[in-house]
Amino acid sequence: MNATGKHALLTVEHLTMRFGGLLAINDVSFTAWQKEITAIIGPNGAGKTTVFNCLTGFYQPTVGRLALTPPDSGRLFLLERMEGFRIAQQAHVARTFQNIRLFPAMSVLENLVVAQHNELMRASAWTLAGLFGLKRYRTAEKKAVERASYWLEQTGLIELANTSAGSLPYGDQRRLEIARAMCTQPVLLCLDEPAAGLNPKESAELNELLLRIRDDHGIGILLIEHDMSVVMEISDHIIVLDYGCKISDGDPEFIRNDPRVIRAYLGEDEDAETAAATAGDND
Amino acid sequence: MSEVQTRPRVEIAALLKESVVAALVALGLTVVMVGMKTVDQPGGLGLEYRWNWVAAAVASVFIGRFLFALWRETRPRHAAERGPSRQQRMLTSGGDFIRKFGLWFSLFALGFAIAMPFLGGPFSTRYFIDVATYVTIYIMLGWGLNIVVGLAGLLDLGYVAFYAVGAYAYALLSTHFGLSFWVVLPLAGMMAASFGMMLGFPVLRLRGDYLAIVTLGFGEIIRIILLNWYELTGGPDGISGIPRPSFFGLDFSRRVPENGDTFHTFFGLDYSSMHRIIFLYYLILALALITNWFTLRVRKLPIGRAWEALREDEIACRSLGINPTNTKLTAFSIGAMFGGFAGSFFATRQGFISPESFTFIESAVILAIVVLGGLGSQIGVVVASVVLIGGTELFRGLEEYRMLTFGALMVAIMVWKPRGLFSFRRPTVILEGKKIVGSQAGEGSG
Repeated sequence: MNATGKHALLTVEHLTMRFGGLLAINDVSFTAWQKEITAIIGPNGAGKTTVFNCLTGFYQPTVGRLALTPPDSGRLFLLERMEGFRIAQQAHVARTFQNIRLFPAMSVLENLVVAQHNELMRASAWTLAGLFGLKRYRTAEKKAVERASYWLEQTGLIELANTSAGSLPYGDQRRLEIARAMCTQPVLLCLDEPAAGLNPKESAELNELLLRIRDDHGIGILLIEHDMSVVMEISDHIIVLDYGCKISDGDPEFIRNDPRVIRAYLGEDEDAETAAATAGDND
Repeated sequence: MSEVQTRPRVEIAALLKESVVAALVALGLTVVMVGMKTVDQPGGLGLEYRWNWVAAAVASVFIGRFLFALWRETRPRHAAERGPSRQQRMLTSGGDFIRKFGLWFSLFALGFAIAMPFLGGPFSTRYFIDVATYVTIYIMLGWGLNIVVGLAGLLDLGYVAFYAVGAYAYALLSTHFGLSFWVVLPLAGMMAASFGMMLGFPVLRLRGDYLAIVTLGFGEIIRIILLNWYELTGGPDGISGIPRPSFFGLDFSRRVPENGDTFHTFFGLDYSSMHRIIFLYYLILALALITNWFTLRVRKLPIGRAWEALREDEIACRSLGINPTNTKLTAFSIGAMFGGFAGSFFATRQGFISPESFTFIESAVILAIVVLGGLGSQIGVVVASVVLIGGTELFRGLEEYRMLTFGALMVAIMVWKPRGLFSFRRPTVILEGKKIVGSQAGEGSG
């Protein structure tokens, strides 16, 4: 807790990631607060997804300390020391992917039930209780389906519960991925470009969903996004990366007017107005 | 809508060209293989030419291809057919049938399998029951491999290794230590499962083609060890005199031991050599049904769902906190365990085993059964086993053309149903409710 009463959920200190000769992230430090949406923005290749991959255990950072302190537990997880899947299993960090990664042949509902694997595994006594249909497992499964239907309601996918995930339209798949991540009951939700490929109406719905998740469930959200209408509207806090370095950090109003950010996005070109027009389209 | 039909213009010239190409391919293939025959002549081998055969083959390919292409081009196409993509329709192949008749078909097949030895007529002959036993072994192996390949999506080309481990485990333990079939059966399963783990560890990071190569190598390693470890396995001589299973301690022998019963005296029957044949058939049927029950059950449990999720996307699994190592190892070892059970049965039925029985071709046949049936489909495995294993028996009369027919059959199935006979996938959990759109899952792969 700091003076403002906010809880620092994730503290990243001196994160550096080197791939051979390429320095993908260079000494980045930031904090993500509980009950806040923290956006990470930056031009293509700035290292945003690499930050996510370090956080969720897909990469082992070269240098850095990634400390996660879930509220009310008093525990501290050092994510850089944890094996990939354990970050989701024990530290409860959930993520979505830039190029959607659902289980396409499985039904929408099954996708959400798989996300509750560890809890169900315990309830089924590592398969034995489940094999003989003990009551303990059946109630656990019922509870898992209820949680799944709650998130299907929240994302507006409830009517499609029994269809296969691969057959959903693009926007629905994006929302399903968020629902699936939420079914793991995370304390920190990392979203990699959730608005990519969505139309303006879907983007607006996404904004509402994310604000609801933040307010009703009290978790921290870390967001990579190119769609400024999403970022500026819902973020509480923005971090700007460029060529692997953090160049700015602050609330949306501050970022909008920060000359370093403008330079990074628009280049040093004097003809800033035409550049602004194109940047609006791409980013 | 469905009345709207489009009849595309047929371009005869293009069809003729296609047929000529096919005929040329046929010519190339038949000139040597059909056109020339080696015959014994005084002073060595000579050649006999059969150009009329070649002409007949080429002509029939030409005409056949032309008619096929003509049918393909002139076939009326319903407007509705253009709705779902061609790929989408292929994915659901067999779906309608399973959805409507799956349960009835399974019950009928099960009823027939149980009643078969007593139906009389051709079904109760020793030959028929032997073939049925043989087919059921492959059904069981197919179901076991289905866990690894169909559910967990791990392409295993060395499955026969576990079959061999099970068979040798029973053969060695029973001949050396006199342990009975029922004691060894679980031991053999455990042994095969631990071999599954042994294979699993080094290949954890591999997928697809690379995994297939390593598993292929593993299968060969096991076979070569069995062939060369002469002191233990008898090498190429194999192990003979493997004890037959008893019916809860009652033997099936004609001779009655001095202080005990045999099966026929205990039940007051006349001795018949059929008793053992029928018993073996029921034994493998029961083992296979246990495999099936287990798979159907475990599909609806978290571990089964995790297998399927792993098949679909391993990275997504890790992001959800699923331990990929444990998930893969359980799939390998449970699949291997059922292979081991089947192996024990094989050893006790044959009474003699040698490395000859566990060659790569066996792995290939089991994999073919799983793939032809449709990955992950339990009914598919049954149908494919009956067609492939029963079919080769049926075509025995064709002698040298038997393998040709076998190959043609496989090609035909793969052309007609590229994703296997039954590639329909039933969701493992359904959300009930009024507003919910009917179950359509299975439109993905399965």
